[in-house]
Amino acid sequence: MRLRGRPQAGGGEKAPGGEERTAGTGAPLPRPDAADKASGRALFLADLPPLEGPLARTGLPPLEGLLHALTLRSTRPKARMLEVRIPPLPPETWIVDHRDVPGRNRVKMTCDDQPFFAEEVVRYVGEPILLLVGPDRGELRRILEAIEVRYENLDPAFSLEEAEARADSCLVSYQLTRGDPAAAFRRAAAVVEEEYRTGAQEHAYLEPQGFIGLTEGGRITVYGSMQCPYFVKSALVEGLGWAPERVRVVQTVTGGGFGGKEDYPSLLAGQVAFAALKTGRPVRLVLDRGEDIRATTKRHPSRIRFRTALDGRQEILGMEIEILLDGGAYSGLSPVVLQRSMFSATGVYAIPNARVEGKVLATNNLPTGAFRGFGAPQAFFAIESHMHSLALRAGREPLEFKLAHRVKRGEATITGGTFRQEVKLAEMAAAVEEMSGYRRKTREYEEARGRGSGPWRGIGISLFSHGCGFTGSGERDLIKGRVTLRKLRDGRVEILAASADMGQGPQAALRKIAARTLGFGLERVLFDNPDTDRVPDSGPTVASRTAMIVGRLVQQAAKELKASWDTAPELEVSRSYEQPGFVRWDQQAFKGDAYPAFAWGVNAVEVEVDPLTFEPKVRGVWGAYDIGEAIDEKIIQGQIEGGVAQALGWASLEVLEAREGRLLQANLTDYIIPTSMDFPRIQFRLFSNPYEYGPFGAKGAGELPFVGAAPALAAAVSQALGRPVRRLPITPEALMELAADEA
Amino acid sequence: MKLDFIVNGGPVSLETDPLRRLLDVLREDLGLTGAKEGCGEGECGACSVLLDGRLANSCLVPACAVEGLEVTTIEGLRDTEAYRLLERSFIAAGAVQCGFCTPGLILAAYALLRRRPSPGEEAVREALCGNLCRCTGYGMIVEAVLLASRQGAGVW
Repeated sequence: MRLRGRPQAGGGEKAPGGEERTAGTGAPLPRPDAADKASGRALFLADLPPLEGPLARTGLPPLEGLLHALTLRSTRPKARMLEVRIPPLPPETWIVDHRDVPGRNRVKMTCDDQPFFAEEVVRYVGEPILLLVGPDRGELRRILEAIEVRYENLDPAFSLEEAEARADSCLVSYQLTRGDPAAAFRRAAAVVEEEYRTGAQEHAYLEPQGFIGLTEGGRITVYGSMQCPYFVKSALVEGLGWAPERVRVVQTVTGGGFGGKEDYPSLLAGQVAFAALKTGRPVRLVLDRGEDIRATTKRHPSRIRFRTALDGRQEILGMEIEILLDGGAYSGLSPVVLQRSMFSATGVYAIPNARVEGKVLATNNLPTGAFRGFGAPQAFFAIESHMHSLALRAGREPLEFKLAHRVKRGEATITGGTFRQEVKLAEMAAAVEEMSGYRRKTREYEEARGRGSGPWRGIGISLFSHGCGFTGSGERDLIKGRVTLRKLRDGRVEILAASADMGQGPQAALRKIAARTLGFGLERVLFDNPDTDRVPDSGPTVASRTAMIVGRLVQQAAKELKASWDTAPELEVSRSYEQPGFVRWDQQAFKGDAYPAFAWGVNAVEVEVDPLTFEPKVRGVWGAYDIGEAIDEKIIQGQIEGGVAQALGWASLEVLEAREGRLLQANLTDYIIPTSMDFPRIQFRLFSNPYEYGPFGAKGAGELPFVGAAPALAAAVSQALGRPVRRLPITPEALMELAADEA
Repeated sequence: MKLDFIVNGGPVSLETDPLRRLLDVLREDLGLTGAKEGCGEGECGACSVLLDGRLANSCLVPACAVEGLEVTTIEGLRDTEAYRLLERSFIAAGAVQCGFCTPGLILAAYALLRRRPSPGEEAVREALCGNLCRCTGYGMIVEAVLLASRQGAGVW
């Protein structure tokens, strides 16, 4: 494997700026959290001080008498529990189940339908039934083996088609119409129908999920690996039925999240809280890798169908798009994931007449939830591949066809909002064409196909965008983010914000925004991992919102603090979110600006497919990204390189399948994520396009890099094979079948 | 069984089940939590340690197998010049994100550079392929190791 040259981060032109936009704004600074992580000094949840041992460290939290917890999980996809037979328990050993939930046995989320512990019915293999809590893990394992559950099987649904056939399986459904699709179809000379499918994906953050719960003076505190301390807090308030003042949530150093630690930590936190309450002792629950894969949420598998009306010249008149997502056993965040899929359904294209129908169906598969991209990657794989296919049908070059249909500044979004910022797709595509040699290669590979005995080659290109932050007026109406800056007596400044660093860099980025605004060095700004007793609710660390939304609040508070700096030796300034004046959004009708700003990207991927093994080998990846302005170019490079690798994994290596609801890949031996040998490094350029309402012009960058890689890979493989690829992941087995089917 | 071995340069003697995982002995008995449990089955490399200088997944090593051996963990490496150079290179290249894999990757890089002070990129990628990272996509880690190699003549 060879690198394809050093990335060209920070390229592109600089727009004329206001007072804060100084040269070198995005120049990288060392991450403040990196040295402790590298040296092993950083304490992740499982590292918190053991009590025994000659080298045990002291420090918080108070863990005297720490107990371990193991989880009894359902072995059936859908069944009624008739009896749970528990062997005699040794002293200091407890069972914690749904009867120990003092408040409501439901995890608070967009839809509160998932229980902390199953009550009568289990709905997926791996669903938690009870915790077994005691001092010795080995002993607990033996007891857990001896617990017997008698089940009466109920009728599970596994495939989307099985679920579709049931009247009661629809968890949520929405519709969206733009223009007059019915009229468009009446005028159509031809209608093209295509179907796309994508598979589940496991986050595979390197640190498995875990929590510690303990009681202190009539309160509950939980420590854990998480993205959203205040989501966890509201779930505890609901589950305990307690006043918010009695609940404290502290984020420990978090080893990766990618959305997987957005929703599920709320469930685990509840479980350890109930266990701590029952036992009166601190309780630690750390999932092992197999449990983490089997029990936590996944990326939604999807089926997306297009009906596209064309006129006699093969021009697009309108589209009907049907999106089905596999919601697993519980809704959780699925409604919002579906909304993002639907708002992404026509991609970056001006489709004048479109109707989008979306549904999330309940199955008895893995629970699905948040994962980087949040429904958009599925939709972009589908629309990009569909546009590619329409181009070929019309006898046009795919990139040229796509650019001809791209949206431009001032045009309407699919929800009738407006693209207010400049859309730089044409320049970005030109840059990617040049870096990758797309034009020349696509011609060569097209001509060479079927000749010679060497590998089949292809190159594909994708255009994409990602709406930054919460949907519509969600930031104003639901999140109401707030940030506090505190001037300390020694002249340093502390950021008090709920944003969690799970590797993506807010520890550095938010400090940098404050330091630059105040005119300080980075070392004068403090920012601890959030503790809900100390920090206001700045909203969850999700949706590519932290730099753009929370960063903006940090910047505004820092400006205010600077202005009043000399008025007192200690000062505190808070800022709450205010919606930009232009945002108009009707959440009932899905009309208006679904997102306040969009980040944009173009990717090219080049592949070789081995004609004997059908293994697709990625030979080059290129990209151009408009994320407004980079707060720190190294952090952005990390998001781009990591996001692209994760997306290529989803698109090719990462097979996650269940048979009768039982996972066939429940460890990292069977579930293959990319290693250092699998993909070449992306070569990319950033395009400056500062956003007025983002700090120093920044928009969102965390999810965008995930969105474009899969469709570019699919287009490349399609060219190599001379057959359309309509399903992810693109495995050798899938390609072999594809070649056999259509041969 | 009674187990005698060297950890980070000092002798350790303890009574333990011979089949206990070295990872648990290090973390639970010795408080050396720089080795992380990422998968518990030798796939991810987060629990990497050096056994007589060779890289090993401590989750797959039974305690009885280290009798008489010298175990080096990140805690034993972190006060050396070689470590400091690796840490600087990892930070400069942006190779540390969530950090859960980082101690293991630094040990893997150190083991490689001891054996081969000037590896090419291919050799670096091969040497790191037993250590999974989900954040970076590996490019920045490879760059960090090459950077340390360029600056580290005589350090390993």
